[in-house]
Amino acid sequence: MNMMSEAATEKAVNAPADEPVIKMRGKDVCVFYGPKQALYDVNLNIRENAVTALIGPSGCGKSTFLRTLNRMNDTIENCRVTGDITLDGEDIYDQAIDVVELRARVGMVFQKPNPFPKSIYENIVYGPRIHGLVRNKAEMDDVVEKSLIRAGLFNEVKDRLHEPGTGLSGGQQQRLCIARAIAVSPEVILMDEPCSALDPIATATVEELIHELRENYTIVIVTHSMQQAARVSQRTAMFHLGVLVEEGATAKIFTNPDDPRTQDYITGRFG
Amino acid sequence: MTDATISAGVVDAQAPKRRDIRLKKRYAAERRFRFYGQAAIFLGLLFLAILLWTVVSKGMGAFQQTMITVPVEFSQSVIDPKNKRAEDPNVLLMANYPVLARNALVKALGVDPDDKKAVKQVGGLISDSSRVELRSYVMDNPQVIGQTVPVTMTANGLVDSTLKGHIDLNVPEDRRQVSDREVAWINQLVHDGIMSKQFNTGIFVNGASSRAETAGVGVAIIGSFYMMLIVLVLALPIGVAASIYLEEFAPKNRWTDLIEVNINNLAAVPSIVFGLLGLAVFINFMGLPRSASLVGGLVLTLMTLPTIIIATRAALKAVPPSIRAAALGIGASKMQMVFHHVLPLAAPGILTGTIIGLAQALGETAPLLLIGMVAFVVDYPATPMDPATALPVQIFMWANEAERAFVERTSGAIIILLLFLAVMNIAAIILRRKFERRW
Repeated sequence: MNMMSEAATEKAVNAPADEPVIKMRGKDVCVFYGPKQALYDVNLNIRENAVTALIGPSGCGKSTFLRTLNRMNDTIENCRVTGDITLDGEDIYDQAIDVVELRARVGMVFQKPNPFPKSIYENIVYGPRIHGLVRNKAEMDDVVEKSLIRAGLFNEVKDRLHEPGTGLSGGQQQRLCIARAIAVSPEVILMDEPCSALDPIATATVEELIHELRENYTIVIVTHSMQQAARVSQRTAMFHLGVLVEEGATAKIFTNPDDPRTQDYITGRFG
Repeated sequence: MTDATISAGVVDAQAPKRRDIRLKKRYAAERRFRFYGQAAIFLGLLFLAILLWTVVSKGMGAFQQTMITVPVEFSQSVIDPKNKRAEDPNVLLMANYPVLARNALVKALGVDPDDKKAVKQVGGLISDSSRVELRSYVMDNPQVIGQTVPVTMTANGLVDSTLKGHIDLNVPEDRRQVSDREVAWINQLVHDGIMSKQFNTGIFVNGASSRAETAGVGVAIIGSFYMMLIVLVLALPIGVAASIYLEEFAPKNRWTDLIEVNINNLAAVPSIVFGLLGLAVFINFMGLPRSASLVGGLVLTLMTLPTIIIATRAALKAVPPSIRAAALGIGASKMQMVFHHVLPLAAPGILTGTIIGLAQALGETAPLLLIGMVAFVVDYPATPMDPATALPVQIFMWANEAERAFVERTSGAIIILLLFLAVMNIAAIILRRKFERRW
């Protein structure tokens, strides 16, 4: 049974032959905040068109790792990253890579819904506009509609596109943020506990959305909820105290983990 | 079930022992504190009320001015006895206009024209400014020469004070500035409708004058306006740019800490020190003219910069980090993040800080004294390079005058200054309300 679901997952990744496509690769990644080391030699591959869940107790470094993937750590004073992180084989910390371009390719959705205090329309069209992806009103309308449809929000807000995005409910705001992220057509979407500020019904909607987005995007999601990781992800990586404990197919991690720490965590003995 | 009821009953019966958790003392402390707060607020309001009442009760009179309206005979024998005004325009400029005014009033009062002393005293009821008033009237209407036309002239400052009741008439005549005869004349003129109090436009438009009745804050308002303009044009962009750089771009290290401490210190530097700096740098070193609003504006800019920088940095700090993360997360550059998202959200705070800084600069006196803005300026300054005064400096100068009419005008000018400040502060509040966004 487990083997079957794992096989199905592998198939969904639609790898050529049996080899899955690796979208992002982290090799010996260490992160320091000043003198304090937060991540120790993490080696983790992110597969294309799959949802990778990062789990682990608070302060284990999963959010830190997520933020290294689009260099959001650059904005933190004293933060230093060593090791290699590649996107399609290119080192994203290389001088030749521009951080603005990287973030256009690797989008991010944050823990707390953070729409701009502008209209829904403006929220979505902002990214494409600064990147020069839209040239006229028709293209803008188009990108707003497409992004909202993909984020499953269009029907709820189509009559009030020009009302402030901050007037939506929490779940709608988070889907607006997802729509905003996909409006710039990223290749990878990073989600940092996207449902932790939402109620169960809104959470279910966002989870469904993540499930659908997987077909077009590579998704990395940090979550505190083991059930959520099990529901939405195909691959799971377990962090503990800054170390990557174990990484593998979600079904295997949750049923037959190799490491006793993973076993303890998923059965609720700590964390 | 029964157990529970029984045990509960037992507890009740034993009259529950209540712990002493000092409730009475705690509530008493709270009541005391509330009382202190209310007393402090009451005291503050009381002083504010006293201040306003003093200023308004003393100064409202300054907005009225005693005027004399009499038929003046523009006799050719006084203005142009040799009938040479066609060739020599100076004749009209040099003519003895006060005599015309005096004669008109002598006639109106029915005083004997041969009583030299009385005639001289009657002439004293009219302000010396009648010379200018009548001259400009004749220059504008040369055809009135030889005719008798009713003209409105300003009354002397003493007459004005007497009419407004500022001079104590119970004091013995030899110890007061107005004689009984003059008081009688004033009463007669008022009774005849020749003398009356009218709205005083002069206080708003006139420049400096040694005669209280013609002194006004016109030059001071223009000087203050130029300075506010210079402060706004210089301090706002420089202050906002400096704050954005320090807050968003500069690395946080020992140097930026030092700069921050120094900006905060600068805000606390006594303003007179800025005046000395302006004197040394702008006037002595750079050779800019004294008494010019340009120099005043530059000095006030230096004074206002710390206020604007501190307010702007506080406003930038108050923008939630999630907005910055959102902008960076979809690939905005730092510059785009600041100018598209952070700055618009910080704008109300920046505006408020700027207006409060401007209001502070508008009321500043000490530095302006040092750069020579305590000047007797009669003519409107055409450019910021011309000599001018400022509203608070004008108040300072009038406060030094002894005449009763100047005391009144001092309070009048304070009312004008307070009105400007009130308008600016209300504008700050309205702008903040209007642009404030919730997130």
